[in-house]
Amino acid sequence: MLTSLTGLERIRERHRPLIEERLRDGDIDRPTQLLVCTSTACISSGGVEIYNALRKEVKEQGLEVDVVRTGCFGFCGLGPVVVTHPGAVLYCRVRPGHVTDIVEKHLKNREIVEELLYEDAEGVRRSILYDMPFFEKQRRIVLENSGLIDPEDINEYIARDGYFALADVLARWTPEQVVDAVIKSGLRGRGGAGFPTGRKWAFAAAEPGPQKYIVCNGDEGDPGAFMDRSLLEGNPHAVLEGMLIAGYAIGAGEGYVYVRAEYPLAVKRLEIAIRQAKRLGLLGNDILGSGFSFDIDIALGAGAFVCGEETALLRSAMGFRGEPRVRPPFPAQKGLFDRPTIINNVETLANVPTIIRHGPEWYAAIGTEKSKGTKIFSLAGQIKNTGLIEVPMGLSLRSIIYDIGGGPPPGRRIKAVQTGGPSGGAVPEKLLDVPIDYESLKDLGTIMGSGGLIVLDNTDCMVDIAKFYMKFAADESCGRCTPCRVGIVRMVEILEKITGGEGTMDDLRELEELAYDVKDASLCGLGQTAANPVLSTMKYFYDEYLAHVCDRRCPAGVCTKLLH
Amino acid sequence: MADGGKLSPFELRYRSLDKIIEKYGDRPGGLIRVLQKAQDLFGYLSREVQIYVADKMCLPIAHVHGVATFYSGFVTAPRGKYTCSICMGTACYVKGAQDVFDRFKEVLGIGEDETTEDRLFTLRATRCIGACSLAPVLAVNEDVHGHVTVDEVVPLIESYRAQETREDGDRIADEPDRPRADQGAAPPPY
Repeated sequence: MLTSLTGLERIRERHRPLIEERLRDGDIDRPTQLLVCTSTACISSGGVEIYNALRKEVKEQGLEVDVVRTGCFGFCGLGPVVVTHPGAVLYCRVRPGHVTDIVEKHLKNREIVEELLYEDAEGVRRSILYDMPFFEKQRRIVLENSGLIDPEDINEYIARDGYFALADVLARWTPEQVVDAVIKSGLRGRGGAGFPTGRKWAFAAAEPGPQKYIVCNGDEGDPGAFMDRSLLEGNPHAVLEGMLIAGYAIGAGEGYVYVRAEYPLAVKRLEIAIRQAKRLGLLGNDILGSGFSFDIDIALGAGAFVCGEETALLRSAMGFRGEPRVRPPFPAQKGLFDRPTIINNVETLANVPTIIRHGPEWYAAIGTEKSKGTKIFSLAGQIKNTGLIEVPMGLSLRSIIYDIGGGPPPGRRIKAVQTGGPSGGAVPEKLLDVPIDYESLKDLGTIMGSGGLIVLDNTDCMVDIAKFYMKFAADESCGRCTPCRVGIVRMVEILEKITGGEGTMDDLRELEELAYDVKDASLCGLGQTAANPVLSTMKYFYDEYLAHVCDRRCPAGVCTKLLH
Repeated sequence: MADGGKLSPFELRYRSLDKIIEKYGDRPGGLIRVLQKAQDLFGYLSREVQIYVADKMCLPIAHVHGVATFYSGFVTAPRGKYTCSICMGTACYVKGAQDVFDRFKEVLGIGEDETTEDRLFTLRATRCIGACSLAPVLAVNEDVHGHVTVDEVVPLIESYRAQETREDGDRIADEPDRPRADQGAAPPPY
């Protein structure tokens, strides 16, 4: 149980050498540590078996090497991934049969296992993790510990200066100063809408206490996005520390992490993190002897996209059907159990400790004029390097897709990139030079969203994609308000007609009109943004709609009823 | 539990449910947690289980039923031994998940959210399971299979069928801790 900063410092000093070894260059032929990615994607391809097999083999051979599980490196398409330290040699697609190779060749004979190295587009084998072109344009701030520390060991997080932002805030800052710092940093909500985080905090701080809440929104609903999951799996303490600092800033004593039950590993890592933080006294009463008390519990989502909307999320966290309500009152005034509540996305909260540690000016210097800091994206769809990336705001979509993502699979041509999932829109190839920031994306008819990037190529039909998203929205509409409940279903019917080869020009007009109606008249964010995929594909790919309607033809060859 | 030996596995399940309700029932927002645990215990949320929970938590049955039917994570009909969840997230969809799903329907002869007559397989279309880099992805219970092609569907289903036949040969009596599909429907024992 820590009662002061000194205790925290002692833990940091004790565990620092372990981490420094992982940051050290050189001696790549003498590994002392093996880090195995054990996040969902790598586990799905056999990461846990590799982790166990390596541990067993190392133990049996009596080698002085630590085998450590860690969070996502970002190379999700190349899993399972193993990195050796010092020197950070990356091994990809490690199968159980390779375990002996790694131990015999690398650990004992000091030779790199060539066949497990990453091979770039030119066929060159690259060995050092951070020399990969994949990382060149990235800036890992929120993800700095993911892939570096064991997410199930609080000591390793502390060794990386974890919880020192909290300790500093509790010892030397007033709550007002914390709110000011977050305002100055320019941090905006990473869940998609981009509301300034500090201002949200200021609203809640101004409300009378004593009972207030912090809710962390981990209901990552965008199908095809996995930023929050990776963050919770790879660096859960950063999220907890962010919640603690937010709690201190607005005068809240309790926090909830609302997380999808479909993410069992994220839930498990969170539970472990909460338990460890409580044991050290970093959660609970009188934290670090400051008099500030804060507790965190987990609320599990049960599968409803609408629960990403904050008022619906609150209803769900209270044990009801997750139906949204009209705002105002905003949750900052009347939220969980009718008390002032701050709801921040996982990534938003994970940014907070860094902002406090390095100062708001440092943070505000990254990114563009109105969008500060970095953004995590998950790359998926028709792209060579699928995975998790973090880039400074203002980098172009093209750079993300080609420089980091490696472009489309061989022989394909990129057609568009969908940002913001079912609430966003498609950015056509010719506009990929757009810089990533909230305003630029909004001008194009899409949104930043939570960070899912789905790359579409010439084999994807844009009308079919629009139909896919509308079907999703129809499924997930909670039914509370009519424009969303009925309007979206009508839109799906029209899209079925068009992709079935029975569409008319009148249908296209009606589809567009309905889209605006649903957008304008729906109660919550789900309905208000549900039509975006239709509107943006109609804006940029109207020729494909026309081909379906006038020529009874699907240019991409996806809509089977139109194949002759 | 001292008298645990005298209770049937089925009664034990209601006992466990009581404990869960005791632990989470009073907490604000506890209902969802209780229903999740109840589903883990019984395999699905039968009408009887919903009524039982409502009764114990002093909530209107309509409220419990409303919650149980709102979230896609809850099922109110019995499921087969193997739930095949085909990921229908965007990343999987653009990589051909629909074809894989259609093939499952064809091979198993059932539609979405239906169960085969032998109670072996249930087919579900699920939202993103977060393994987008392995698209198209599906999960049979907890086992995740990545980069699945249409041609792999039959061998995959057969491998689970074969496992079942093997298990049947090995097993003398029905294993006690696996909820049988029809058990959730039985009324509470006390």
